[in-house]
Amino acid sequence: MKILIELFIAFAKIGVCTFGGGYAMLPLIKREIVENKKWAQEEEIFDYYAIGQCTPGVIAVNTATFIGYKVKGVSGAFAATAGVVFPSFVIISAISAFINRFSHIAVVQDAFNGIRVVVCALVLNAVISMVKKGVKDVLTFFIMLVIFALVAVFSINPVFAVLASAIIGIIAGKLGFRKDKAKQ
Amino acid sequence: MMTFIKLFYEFLKTGLFSIGGGLATLPFLKDMAQKYPWFTSHQLTDMIAISESTPGPIGVNMATYAGFKAGITEGGILSGLFGSFTATFALVLPSVIVIIIISKILEKFRKSKTVDDAFYGLRPASAGLILGAMLDVFISALFFGDKLDEIINVFDIVNIFNFKAIILFLVSFILIMKLKKVHPILFILGGCIFGIVFR
Repeated sequence: MKILIELFIAFAKIGVCTFGGGYAMLPLIKREIVENKKWAQEEEIFDYYAIGQCTPGVIAVNTATFIGYKVKGVSGAFAATAGVVFPSFVIISAISAFINRFSHIAVVQDAFNGIRVVVCALVLNAVISMVKKGVKDVLTFFIMLVIFALVAVFSINPVFAVLASAIIGIIAGKLGFRKDKAKQ
Repeated sequence: MMTFIKLFYEFLKTGLFSIGGGLATLPFLKDMAQKYPWFTSHQLTDMIAISESTPGPIGVNMATYAGFKAGITEGGILSGLFGSFTATFALVLPSVIVIIIISKILEKFRKSKTVDDAFYGLRPASAGLILGAMLDVFISALFFGDKLDEIINVFDIVNIFNFKAIILFLVSFILIMKLKKVHPILFILGGCIFGIVFR
């Protein structure tokens, strides 16, 4: 029971601090889950993000479910998910009940102009460590670059991007093209 | 009661079929705005603004807000809250089930070479995806896109740079790199204060 409460609180904390969608959550997950609680390793988080892209639902929720399940099975999955959703639930309900045109308030807009910039810096920092862990040879560098270009320029569906790169990984492994250390 | 059943059904569908991030729920919400008297497509724009300027995953925020608007058509604030709960629960349920199943499968095959190979390809892709998806956010945070139309000569290009934001970005990025022990929320708080003070 104690671990379920811990999961709920840890993910509620992440939920409160997440401005601007699931990707903005990455730096906080890294801090709370990987560094503080040591419930998962950094690489695993990246794997969850990749899988979360091609499974239904919100990425933030998918990642919470993954980590919750890993820590404490099905009940852990539900506790973590409830945690990550809880702050939004409270805040949005309060706003929709009492404040009209919340996002048009000048102070709110000013605050968010600042927050958005800092979130960009935080995400960039998290992605840099992601690149360090994931890009280990020429092929992986190429995969990252191509996927970035396809998403940024042609807005391709992430589902295809994820499936294609998994298949490339499997083929590369089978043909012995992997040049990273992990290969035996 | 019918409203809540419909709400549950609609958001279950949204949760099951919106793949790849929060704004993927948008087409489904547009469809709902046309089919039901819960909210208008004009309110949907407000909804996006609110979801983006409050903490939490955008998809969940949208569901909570839409659920509240739908619920309140049935009665007071309490039924609004129940609507929020119904929509959020329905949105999350399919993905929780799917992820639990995937976790079970992964647990079994974690050691397999094929799964390891798949992740070898997935990890760099995941980094590329996030960078690609964040590019719009980067650009809109650091540049004035709307000033692009006002460019008449070369010197006007300077106007598209949001220098205040770029300085904040560089300073916070350096601090984040240097001060690894500081919790991310403190940087976010700093950004919030900067935004209000240097408006």
